[in-house]
Amino acid sequence: MTLLHWAVLLPFIAAILIPFLYKYLKRIHTGWFVLILPLVLFVYFLSFIPKTSSGEVILNNLNWVPSLGINFNVYLDGLSLLFALLITGIGSLVVLYSIYYLSKHKEKLNNFYVYLLMFMGAMLGVVLSDNLIVIYVFWELTSIASSLLISYWYTREKSVYGAQKSMYITVFGGLSMLGGFSLLYVIAGTFSIRELIANADLVMASSLFIPAMILVLLGAFTKSAQFPFHIWLPDAMEAPTPVSAYLHSATMVKAGIYLVARLTGVFGGAPEWFWIITIAGLVTLTWGSISAVRQKDLKGILAFSTVSQLGLIMSLLGAGSAAFYFQDGDNALYMTAILAAVFHLINHATFKGSLFMAAGIIDHETGTRDIRKLGGLMTVLPVTATISLIGLASMAGLPPFNGFLSKELFFTGMLNVTEYGIFNLETFGFIIPVIAWIASVFTFLYCILMFSKTFMGKFDISKLKVKHVHEAPIGMLISPVILAALVVVFGLFPNLLAYSLIEPAMAAIIPGILSPGEFFDVHISHWHGFSPELWMTFGVVALGILLFMTFKKWENTAFYRGEQDLFNYAYDSGYEGLIKGSQWITRLQMTGRLRDYFIYMNTFIILIMAYTMYRYSLPAIQSLDLSPIPIYFWLVILVFIGSIVVIPFINNRVALIIATGVSGFIVALLFVLFRAPDLALTQLLIESVSVILFMLVFYHLPKLKKVKTPPKMKAVKLIISIGFGLMITLGSLSVFSMGQEVNFDSISEYYTENSKEEAGGYNIVNVILVDFRGLDTMLEILVVSMAVLTVVSLIRLRFKGSEDI
Amino acid sequence: MMQKPNNMMLQTLARLIILIILSFSIYLLLAGHNSPGGGFVGGLMTASAILILYLSFDLKSIQKAIKFDYIKIIGIGLLFASLTGVVSMLFGFPFLKQFFDYFTLPILGEVELTTAMVFDLGVYFVVLASALTIILTIAEDDK
Repeated sequence: MTLLHWAVLLPFIAAILIPFLYKYLKRIHTGWFVLILPLVLFVYFLSFIPKTSSGEVILNNLNWVPSLGINFNVYLDGLSLLFALLITGIGSLVVLYSIYYLSKHKEKLNNFYVYLLMFMGAMLGVVLSDNLIVIYVFWELTSIASSLLISYWYTREKSVYGAQKSMYITVFGGLSMLGGFSLLYVIAGTFSIRELIANADLVMASSLFIPAMILVLLGAFTKSAQFPFHIWLPDAMEAPTPVSAYLHSATMVKAGIYLVARLTGVFGGAPEWFWIITIAGLVTLTWGSISAVRQKDLKGILAFSTVSQLGLIMSLLGAGSAAFYFQDGDNALYMTAILAAVFHLINHATFKGSLFMAAGIIDHETGTRDIRKLGGLMTVLPVTATISLIGLASMAGLPPFNGFLSKELFFTGMLNVTEYGIFNLETFGFIIPVIAWIASVFTFLYCILMFSKTFMGKFDISKLKVKHVHEAPIGMLISPVILAALVVVFGLFPNLLAYSLIEPAMAAIIPGILSPGEFFDVHISHWHGFSPELWMTFGVVALGILLFMTFKKWENTAFYRGEQDLFNYAYDSGYEGLIKGSQWITRLQMTGRLRDYFIYMNTFIILIMAYTMYRYSLPAIQSLDLSPIPIYFWLVILVFIGSIVVIPFINNRVALIIATGVSGFIVALLFVLFRAPDLALTQLLIESVSVILFMLVFYHLPKLKKVKTPPKMKAVKLIISIGFGLMITLGSLSVFSMGQEVNFDSISEYYTENSKEEAGGYNIVNVILVDFRGLDTMLEILVVSMAVLTVVSLIRLRFKGSEDI
Repeated sequence: MMQKPNNMMLQTLARLIILIILSFSIYLLLAGHNSPGGGFVGGLMTASAILILYLSFDLKSIQKAIKFDYIKIIGIGLLFASLTGVVSMLFGFPFLKQFFDYFTLPILGEVELTTAMVFDLGVYFVVLASALTIILTIAEDDK
């Protein structure tokens, strides 16, 4: 365990302590305690900048399950560090903001901060792990934390809907990703990303390359809300605004981008990787920006804009992956795309974070986020208006803010794609910059719309629920002001980031291309002369303003009036269909009669055993070397059979209980005869306890009823019973004869020999239970406990069927 | 359950018998490592002893006498079992690695102490409390 390991685990440990702090120190807002952690971690991670910028990487191994190749190895390079700084830096600001956003009197702060810390730890785990399985575990943890935070106000129906949706979609992606990881393991025999990158040509040559890539991308695309999986993100806006600013714009949704960037070294260079990511990114970019124009909810606009910006970064990563095709890292042609991706990632976190916080302030102070009700807030909320103006101008791509720089670089990256001369790009590659340009027009449009509808126009308090509107408290403004200041600083001095963060991150995304000792030379400048990029920006501004001026004309079209995403209908009807379908299947088979269930189970067992025996011609029982069976054994067995055969003919319940009891006790007797005292003892006790149980419930049992069964049904049941008995008999006989034919060493020998030496016990049964196979036992008692809870809840709560648990 | 009297014999016997059963069940639990027994059987036997109490006396008076929340005991048992596993991890061994050694204690003489015993105690608690919870929930439910 090194400090880096602890950095990942500390948030989880803090999460355990939070409820106590919340309970016993009620007077202080719990957020103040939480704030310490991300601040400390942020400073800690800052101290790594000198190391990573000189090209160093840090790798600390910690074995977890080495036999399966699963190890909690932390790996820190430029890319991980960039994300770690985002997570802790934005995390600190968000926690500070939340202290003023969430009231300590009304809200359940303990829940909120526990989930938030859980997320922080999990997210750090994702970006700092080198092992795919560890990444997967943390990845799912972020999904869970995100869902919990979305449903933080769980009494609201929409919150629960949003939480469920995000859970279904991201967990679906996560599971696919696990499949992809497993395929990678099958191909390369390792879960370590560094080793995978070292064996990239092995992966590339494998026939499993495409399935593995698609499965991994499903995980990345669902998490990063790429088209058509983006539909969960707008519904995630039901979460408290600090959460939206943190998880759903700055960090968690970028996990997919992180994964794509990280695995570019493994998959990059393949045309499929290039096309899928670039196209998915561009479609998401366009779809998101067009959908954002239609939204009337401030956070809705921001959500779709996040979707679209994530698409932008994704498409850049796709375009940049071509570097692996050429194996040439110096060429500015495709390096610009990677540069733009990293730079925009940082910029997006700053401007989108400040915009979300500003939207939160507006919501907090006016009680609404509906742009149709808002207006003229410029004079009422001057600071918030300034923050929003800076954020929106940056997002729209206007100078001198950082968004302008990365938007220019984005255009360059997209224009360069047409000059690659590979993957058939020369024929229809020109579409790529055109799409990028169209999407930027809409981005510009929703930025102006959002600003003008909220801050310009007439201020009309009668539309609002509150009586007075005033600027937010200073504490709430600190975080967005810091972020807005960063937007300006990065805009004016982009090269502050270039050497410290961007270059190491780029080197981490495309490892192994630079020769040792070589560095990327990044220099971001504002003025490139009248380049095509600049003309594109002019075009964006001109067309955007034109569309804005004609807003009145298209205000009443169906396009603007509806805001529902088309894919929501697909999701909703799919979800309903799934529930209806499973209810239909359940009703079909769940008759509530035990005998029916036995028919299903037994038929299934008969079929599968019969098939197996036929397939492997098992009933070839060749030698049955049986030991002589003593007379008293025959007697016991006869009584046993007798006690079972009479059961169906008994009409009296007491007699039934006794008859089943007899068969149970005879089984115990058999165990004794075979010298298995442990089993006999257990069997006896189980029988006794079940007799007691019968006596307790006896009073409540309904009268035995004669059920008229048609003769056909009777015959079917008889056949099933006989078949079942036959299968079990054949099965055991063939197992027995096989055991005699092949000379495998019996496992019991091992236990007999080692039980005393290894575990210090003479009772093999017990030693197996508590030591050799202790994990099995542990899981068994877990199952028992769950069964108990089920029984208790079934009986005590007495659901009628329609309640929500 | 059985409100009317006439079960004096049962009650008198039960008082005697459960003492024997209880002590035997604890013997089973402790002796399990080397002779027949163990947490599972021990737990079941303790459960059956307590069930006999419930059978011969009425539910309410026994609940007054034995004031355990059995569901909590299930949790404690699970904790016991899993913590023995975690402890071995803290010392750098795999999860659920068990240890044993021989000690000389006053009165008892040389005794073997194992971490598996703690694990088995967890099993004991879970089985005991599960059996009781299931049966008592069913018994209490008189609708």
